[in-house]
Amino acid sequence: MSSRPDRRPNPEELLRQVQADERRETRGRLKVFLGYASRVGKSFRMFDEGRRRKARGQDVVVAAMQGEVTPDISEMLSQFERVPPVVEKHAGRDYYVIDLAALFRRHPSVCLIDGLAYDNPPGSRNPERWQDVSELLDRGISVITAVNLQHIREKQDEVQRITGKRAANSIPEEFLLEADEIEVVDAPPEALIGRSSDGSMPDPRQLAELREMALLLAADVVDRQLQCYLDSHGVAARWGAQERILVCLTPRSNADQMLRSGHRNALRFHGALLVAYVEQADLPPEDRVRLDHHLALARDLGAEVHCLRGEDFVSTILEFAREQRVTQLFLGHTGRSPQMRFVRGPIDRLIDAADDFDVRLFPHREET
Amino acid sequence: VSEEKRGKLKVYMGYAAGVGKTYRMLSEAQDLRRQGVDIVIGYFEPHGRKETIALTEGLETIPRRVIAYGGSNFEEMDTDAVLRRKPAVALVDEFAHTNVPGCDRVKRWQDVRILLDAGIDVLTTMNVQHLESLNDQVWHVTGVRVRETIPDWVVDEADEVVFVDLTPRALRNRLERGVVYQQEKARHAMENFFTEANLTALREMAIRHTAHEVEERLLTAPRAAAAVETGEQGAEGAARGGQPAAGKERILICLTGRPSSAFLIRRGKRVADYLQADCLALHIATGPDGREAVERHLSFARNLRIETHVMEAADVPGAIAAFARAQNITQIFMGRSQPRPWWKLLSETIVQRVVRESHDMQITIVAERRR
Repeated sequence: MSSRPDRRPNPEELLRQVQADERRETRGRLKVFLGYASRVGKSFRMFDEGRRRKARGQDVVVAAMQGEVTPDISEMLSQFERVPPVVEKHAGRDYYVIDLAALFRRHPSVCLIDGLAYDNPPGSRNPERWQDVSELLDRGISVITAVNLQHIREKQDEVQRITGKRAANSIPEEFLLEADEIEVVDAPPEALIGRSSDGSMPDPRQLAELREMALLLAADVVDRQLQCYLDSHGVAARWGAQERILVCLTPRSNADQMLRSGHRNALRFHGALLVAYVEQADLPPEDRVRLDHHLALARDLGAEVHCLRGEDFVSTILEFAREQRVTQLFLGHTGRSPQMRFVRGPIDRLIDAADDFDVRLFPHREET
Repeated sequence: VSEEKRGKLKVYMGYAAGVGKTYRMLSEAQDLRRQGVDIVIGYFEPHGRKETIALTEGLETIPRRVIAYGGSNFEEMDTDAVLRRKPAVALVDEFAHTNVPGCDRVKRWQDVRILLDAGIDVLTTMNVQHLESLNDQVWHVTGVRVRETIPDWVVDEADEVVFVDLTPRALRNRLERGVVYQQEKARHAMENFFTEANLTALREMAIRHTAHEVEERLLTAPRAAAAVETGEQGAEGAARGGQPAAGKERILICLTGRPSSAFLIRRGKRVADYLQADCLALHIATGPDGREAVERHLSFARNLRIETHVMEAADVPGAIAAFARAQNITQIFMGRSQPRPWWKLLSETIVQRVVRESHDMQITIVAERRR
């Protein structure tokens, strides 16, 4: 990446960065194993990582594990020191609460917590376990933990749409996004079905949908990490692993076709859909009405709508497209403008300058 | 000849050397062996990694075939020997490998397809950067032009693609500890290809690609009768169902002898794959010049399973527009027109004329992304 132009961060950015670095130095590191369903092998991977770290001389303790333990995990568990959770009874229910006081006293360097989405009984120091984990991190204790997709709060509606079920406990997605590391535990659905012991038969199709969802969530987390890394190193990247589509609208565009196509492309690529228009002074009222109608449709389709201001249409669009790391730019054209023959029109200029993204041209709707 | 069922292919997908693909594959091979499955190692690349080598214990290995080339001996999978042995499952490391000249087939994935045809299940490993469709993106991100590539359709044919993950931080720790490569090579790797930014970007590509493979299988698999049908099935549901309301898209790639055509082909095919669109390539020949380069691009396109057409015409844009209309094309992919000499500045470029003549179609002008 040496050939990339460096971007000098401004003073506020630098300060934020220094503060973040300071926090990071004293704070423990959070590593999360993310699975798309039970029995995908998260616990095994998590304890296996703990075992490896212990073998390399790190001070590792187990602070929580899940109810049923398979023989291979049970064997690994016997090698660890444990600070077991405290069992608290409340309203006829057993709660397993991380023993924060004991952990603070013991102060290991790494703490293994199997199962992140648990709630604590009313009157506890924190209502939910992930908040306990956050306190461990604040005290400089690193945490390795595991969580399933169905417990990510922001994903629960979609999971319920797929499976018809909703897990009672959840963690905020933001907590996952802020983890230092997240590792995906992936396996084909068949492996899970074969492993099922309780007789319930999960539907392979549902599992595949959950699997895709978990992978895309992980990709978003990784994309965020990539951006953070590039920002903190002052690299202005013009690329990414994600498809980003910018639909550029004018009053005369065939907005319906452009937006629907953009929406479909963004969905299939699991990319982003952005919509922009360049503000024009003295827009005739009928054009203003058309444009507003286009923008309403864009918002209906869930696009981010941006109003751009600038003297020159081409350079305004170009600058925005680069800043947004756009990979495809959608433009409308009349197709038979007489100026095209002799003068370099705005579309030609955009095509000439677009060396980072594709330009897709959509014919304007036939005027009747 | 008895009608044999084709073997199943499972691909362990990673994003770099050392993430644990072979380790994971061998662990599963050991599970299968314990279950009594007849499994052999067709090819395994030890790379001197102790923990991985330990996992081959107890597994039968088919001896490799030695091939002399250029005064040295090279070892490749002995495909015929695996066929004769005919196990239920064969383990074949490094799917993207190119065989040494003198083998029956150029690529290892071709050997794997022979095994599958014979009804043998195959487990194999690869990294995302070996996918043909990601070649330019990988180069753009990392500066490395990956030479050993696999056409996407070969991986799409796999019954299962499993993502093998390891965080870039953990991978770099492994490199530092000398687990992946020897110290000298490891240091060099960490300063070049294995930078945190490169690894993070490649990892994102691998995760997104695995999600895509999962989705492809969901879209093509018959829907189970018991599937939950609650919730809205709005625009999103329709688009996810893969059936655009206005019928299937058909993409036409206009290729020339210019070097940028390779990029154009990969990009057009990738978009077509994601949109589940038909993909055609067309070359309009105006004279005998540059036939060789054009032939290369046409055969590259055919390798990616793109239907290719060649036509002779003096009027290139007119011929493209006519062909596109006759073939019900919905989107045309073209490269940028070359800079013109001053005496032609007042005439239209080919792109401009195609835009004018195919005024009812979408036209995509693909940028040759430079680093």
